Amino acid sequence: MSGDHYTFETKLLHNKHKFDPQTGAVSVPIQHASTYHQQNIDSFGKYDYSRSLNPTREAVEEVIADLEDGTRGFAFASGMAAISTAFLLLSQGDHVVITEDVYGGTYRMVTTVLNRFGIEHTFVDMTDLQAVEKAIQPNTKVLYVETPSNPTLKVTDIQAVSSLAKKHGAWTFVDNTFLTPALQKPLNLGADIVLHSATKFLSGHSDVVAGLAVVKDAELAEQLGYLQNSFGAVLGVQDCWLLLRGIKTLHVRMKHSSEAAWKIASYLNNHPQIKKVYYPGFEDHPQYKIQQEQASSAGAVFSFELHSEEAMRTFVSHVELPVFAVSLGAVESILSYPAKMSHAAMGPIARQERGISDALLRLSVGLENPEDLIQDFDQALKKTAELPIT
Amino acid sequence: MYGLETRLAQIGNRSENATGTVNPPVYFSTAYRHTGIGESTGYDYTRTGNPTREVLEKAIADLEEGDRGFACSSGMAAIQTILALFQSGDEWIISKDLYGGTYRLLEQGFKKWGLRCHYVNTSNLEEISEKINENTKAIFLETPTNPLMEVTDIAAVAKGAKEHNVLLIVDNTFYTPIIQQPLTLGADIVIHSATKYLGGHNDVLAGAIVAKGEALCAELAMHHNAIGAVLSPFDSWLLMRGMKTLALRIAKHEENAKALASYLKEHESVIDVLYPGRGGMISFRICDETWVNPFLQNLNLISFAESLGGVESFITYPATQTHADIPEEVRMETGVCNRLLRFSVGIENVEDLIKDLDKAFAIAKGVR
Repeated sequence: MSGDHYTFETKLLHNKHKFDPQTGAVSVPIQHASTYHQQNIDSFGKYDYSRSLNPTREAVEEVIADLEDGTRGFAFASGMAAISTAFLLLSQGDHVVITEDVYGGTYRMVTTVLNRFGIEHTFVDMTDLQAVEKAIQPNTKVLYVETPSNPTLKVTDIQAVSSLAKKHGAWTFVDNTFLTPALQKPLNLGADIVLHSATKFLSGHSDVVAGLAVVKDAELAEQLGYLQNSFGAVLGVQDCWLLLRGIKTLHVRMKHSSEAAWKIASYLNNHPQIKKVYYPGFEDHPQYKIQQEQASSAGAVFSFELHSEEAMRTFVSHVELPVFAVSLGAVESILSYPAKMSHAAMGPIARQERGISDALLRLSVGLENPEDLIQDFDQALKKTAELPIT
Repeated sequence: MYGLETRLAQIGNRSENATGTVNPPVYFSTAYRHTGIGESTGYDYTRTGNPTREVLEKAIADLEEGDRGFACSSGMAAIQTILALFQSGDEWIISKDLYGGTYRLLEQGFKKWGLRCHYVNTSNLEEISEKINENTKAIFLETPTNPLMEVTDIAAVAKGAKEHNVLLIVDNTFYTPIIQQPLTLGADIVIHSATKYLGGHNDVLAGAIVAKGEALCAELAMHHNAIGAVLSPFDSWLLMRGMKTLALRIAKHEENAKALASYLKEHESVIDVLYPGRGGMISFRICDETWVNPFLQNLNLISFAESLGGVESFITYPATQTHADIPEEVRMETGVCNRLLRFSVGIENVEDLIKDLDKAFAIAKGVR
């Protein structure tokens, strides 16, 4: 791809698709066509049917492959469609070792769908390499990593886990939704497939549902491409275009949001109404060093726990600025309640084991001025301080 | 009140209560059902009012600290809508260094209908006051001007305009409300080619008007609906999407532009660098006219294209592009010569931009 020598922030804007070769248009055209006229009965052109390949989708797929330092990208109708399609690489009798605090949607897919097809799983604490190795079986095909994890922000050593996987002939899948290639590139650390809910930071505006997968190895790319076309959960062309448009500001958005996250997390960390802040940017975070080594910042998402569920409820009802909603990675700051939102698919015991208490909130920091957010949190925390001590 | 970047990030959020959607819906409907005679939801026909466009119009009015905003199908449509406030025999005083499209509309259009325009250097207050007479109805400023980057003291002109009961209109396309809010400095109307920084991604054609004062806003609303050059619902939505990152983009455009202005000043192939100190626009004169074409042809990263304000860097050649409709002798007199280039600095890594310029300058010089 042209422009290999450019820095990341420039590559977001300047790639093979920076202009349309026919008209010089500086924005990729949206190709709505579902099918393509063929000139030759014996040899079809590059494009024949839009599920298999579409020029607009191809643009976003090439851009994400380039940004993740992979060779091929695949765009899907949602993050779960990307994850599900990647899991279709497995067969009956295969086994997956998966991080225990995985996103609730992936948890649901693995525990209630994959098991019906005879694909087994073991949940482990991915930060404990001994436990990971112990969980590997002769039929283990995938080590599934989310780092930082959701919602307790535990950091997995991608390089170490990938080496373990290689030693045992398994693939490493890394969900890179929280950090994006702007901050972390798992393929360069040994991962085989990078997965994204592109609904989040990559697109960034709370207005596209999309998923992406990127691989480096040509044979694996071939297999995943086959599955993308066979399963057919591809991303629609309008959403491909909106996603491309969102990616153009990825660098400035991630920079603003991660810097703001550090400020807000530091503020909360010193607040008496806050019991604990889960944020890999603090030096006392158990995997701070790994985060520093494998990523260029701690990202824009963190979680924090209040002293009681009641305090959490009071806080949420008085906060004015962030959206109280599921999802993350948007221009607007989003406050979520993992126990009832992202991790509702887990039972209460499973949640408790993972530290997802009923007083835990997750914040995805947007593009607002962090001082406005701190001021807002400050007034809401004052309300929780007024609660009678029980 | 929240800071500008907070207000931008939150555009459209909480605009709809039925579903709680964080992102405002795009209403394509052209008409609205009425429950009975004289009963309206506030929406009748989409040209008059559209819920998606309205979210945008409120947002832009809020950012410019005006009373009402009007979204138009292009920047030129915004200017034409404003021109409907005037009549034959009225006179305008207007920046001499001016976007070619505005000049064309006035000279080839409104001149025929009896609007007389005096083109002056508006950074010189005396030149303005010399032209004011009983027929003067408006002063129209570009500041900084396009492409010579001359800055006019808005507050000073506003003071004079008020004394003579003349409307002050400011084209705020180059600076946006992040850097400059003309209505807070005494202007009556602000216009934008929202295609530029407000949209920011080179993929929406749009214009905006923001005004202050109840009577003026009501009159503009009437013309906006009557002329009908309104912005489509989808483009209204895309424009809002662009505006959410406006503060971040402007900060990066400006940081890069400051670095590039210094770089260009030091460069042996450049003689003049026109940079007003803020924003992302720079103009510069190359030493030799014959270097211009090879320079443009050998840029790989920066696009040679007409327009500005997008995330990608553009270099424009005003003589044959934006200002082609201004007669050559007028261009030469104002300084828009054949060695002048206008640079809309993008949000790329600045070192990548410098490398691209370095190479193009070197080749251009060798080709001579």
